[in-house]
Amino acid sequence: MSAVIDSHSDDHHHGPAKGITRWLYTTNHKDIGTLYLWFSFLMLFLGGAMAMVIRAELFEPGSQIVSPEFYNQMLTNHGLIMVFGAVMPAFVGLANWIIPMQIGAPDMALPRMNNLSFWILPVAFGILISTFFMEGGGPNFGWTFYAPLSTTYAPPTVTFFIFAVHIMGASSIMGSINIITTILNMRAPGMTFMKMPLFTWTWLITAYLLIAVMPVLAGAVTMMLMDIHFGTSFFNAAGGGDPVLFQHVFWFFGHPEVYIMILPAFGIVSHIIETFSRKPIFGYTSMVYAIASIAILSFIVWAHHMFTVGMPIAGELFFMYTTMLIAIPTGVKVFNWLSTMFKGSISFETPMLFSIAFVALFTIGGLSGLMLAIAPADFQYHDTYFVVAHFHYVLVPGAIFGIIAGVYYWLPKWTGNMYDEVLGKTHFWMSFISVNITFFPMHFVGLAGMPRRIPDYALQFADFNMVISIGAFIFGLTQLLFLFIILKSIFAGKQATSEVWEGAKGLEWTVASPAPYHTFETPPEVK
Amino acid sequence: MKAATKTNLKLVSLVLGMFCFGFALVPIYDVFCEITGLNGKVSGPTIIEYDDNFNPREIKILFVTKNNENMAWNFSSEKRILDAETGIAYTVDYTFENPTDYPMVAQAIPSVSPGKGAQYFHKTECFCFEEQLLQPGEKLTMPVRFIIDPDLPDDVPVLTLGYTLFDISESHIKLQASN
Repeated sequence: MSAVIDSHSDDHHHGPAKGITRWLYTTNHKDIGTLYLWFSFLMLFLGGAMAMVIRAELFEPGSQIVSPEFYNQMLTNHGLIMVFGAVMPAFVGLANWIIPMQIGAPDMALPRMNNLSFWILPVAFGILISTFFMEGGGPNFGWTFYAPLSTTYAPPTVTFFIFAVHIMGASSIMGSINIITTILNMRAPGMTFMKMPLFTWTWLITAYLLIAVMPVLAGAVTMMLMDIHFGTSFFNAAGGGDPVLFQHVFWFFGHPEVYIMILPAFGIVSHIIETFSRKPIFGYTSMVYAIASIAILSFIVWAHHMFTVGMPIAGELFFMYTTMLIAIPTGVKVFNWLSTMFKGSISFETPMLFSIAFVALFTIGGLSGLMLAIAPADFQYHDTYFVVAHFHYVLVPGAIFGIIAGVYYWLPKWTGNMYDEVLGKTHFWMSFISVNITFFPMHFVGLAGMPRRIPDYALQFADFNMVISIGAFIFGLTQLLFLFIILKSIFAGKQATSEVWEGAKGLEWTVASPAPYHTFETPPEVK
Repeated sequence: MKAATKTNLKLVSLVLGMFCFGFALVPIYDVFCEITGLNGKVSGPTIIEYDDNFNPREIKILFVTKNNENMAWNFSSEKRILDAETGIAYTVDYTFENPTDYPMVAQAIPSVSPGKGAQYFHKTECFCFEEQLLQPGEKLTMPVRFIIDPDLPDDVPVLTLGYTLFDISESHIKLQASN
């Protein structure tokens, strides 16, 4: 008996299993990280394809290629897939790959749950996408699924949507528990909290946010389920409920959720800027406190999404001021990034280009957010393309540029090969230019009053919309180049050193490239 | 791994706690609105006492009636506008008529605007405190008795009392069937 066990553990030590079972049964944090990243890449293209349908429909005024009903399904699922399928799993994938290596741990704390939390994701999105092939079509009520659109007036497939959200939530919660337990218990000796790399710090705080708000989302969809099938009236005024309650519960989840989608990007960008400026990050401690303040504030600002529901003036003032308060820690972060670059010996490799673009364009998104925070002005901007411009500026050149920067930064560590720098820079400049062509004019049409979520528009918006659509098509195509660059780096390219980037700091740069299947089985000493 | 197990247990209980908190938001929201008068929520029957030396002031009260979707009843108030004074009790009659050929149960939901005036609108009697069952073709007149609190802030010159009438026959039948 013992011989069998021995030979098993030997196999385990020598490297991954062969074939499909390596991926199905894997408990290795690097394998699971890879799975998460490829899954999110697939979802990025799926959600992106839906965005292309939306932009094709809006290319010219009038009805172009899809029916308004299908348009509604496209915009709903574009939002859901990008938020829950692309951005969040990409960050979890990066966390899986990088956090154990950054803190000198051999693996995640709960490797089997790690496997489960990934493999239920394809199930959740399989359920969500299957609704397109059912009678009544997929969800069509916007990614915020406000009641009663998602209850009384929802297509019959809404129940599938509800269960898909439950499963996505379960996956996120399990992933977060795993990350927190890993960070709190498995740091290498000598790595105190204030020596932790910033990506690990941002993820620790993000994971707490996820644990705090994902159950509230689960509660919200459970209430929907009960309203639809079990005769309750949480959101139905006829039975004593209140549809506005839905918005409160949803945004209690929703606002921390938007920080969940940006905080890990802050961590990634901090690492990249310090590496390529060849200076330690400016104001590490203030960075940590800024992240924590943003996270805490995120719980008391939710109703700024619903200024127009008929809130009393006291509520509007409260949520307006607390929202503006968030600009302070965010400003601290932007200041620190700029100060890190100041008088640094900067080189402009692709990860750095994406990070600098992140700082500039995320700040634009942050500033339009401040404009939206002004309650009286929000009555004008609410539900216009200005809002669409705002959140796409913080999500695309914000979160997604952060993820892309991180992928370029750590790719040589994953594949062992340098990516093609010329192609990488081409990818950057094409993305940078097209993302601005796409989203900047949305500010103008929004301020001029073009409503969001409508498949048609007034004639005066025609020219700008054509420009926006062309930008979107270029941006979409450019991401195929990203796929090519990654594939090329897997199969070929200059051999990367273990340090990869000159002077890169952190434990992940002390292991070989590509990172061996098992790292830090004996914990390193951190001084 | 003892420390890790401890962390896990804490985190799992946080998850369960937050799930319950999501549901707790429902009563919290109601109580919060009722205490602060936000959302135009008005409290149930009240008995109020004043000291005699308050200064009555004039106030205009508007009455609005509305049917929820698919509600077939005729629902109206005897008057649309009332020039009232604070501290004096008034009665306004509302009529309900079921024009359909089947019995129906309805519930009226009140709302007072502006919201900040809601907590000063005291109802001593109201049809909205109970459900109404009307046979086919039946007509019914029911009163609302109310007093406007003399403490009503001066910057509220007009109060609107709105009622939305909801058809709750279906849940009523379900309730009866389950009993």
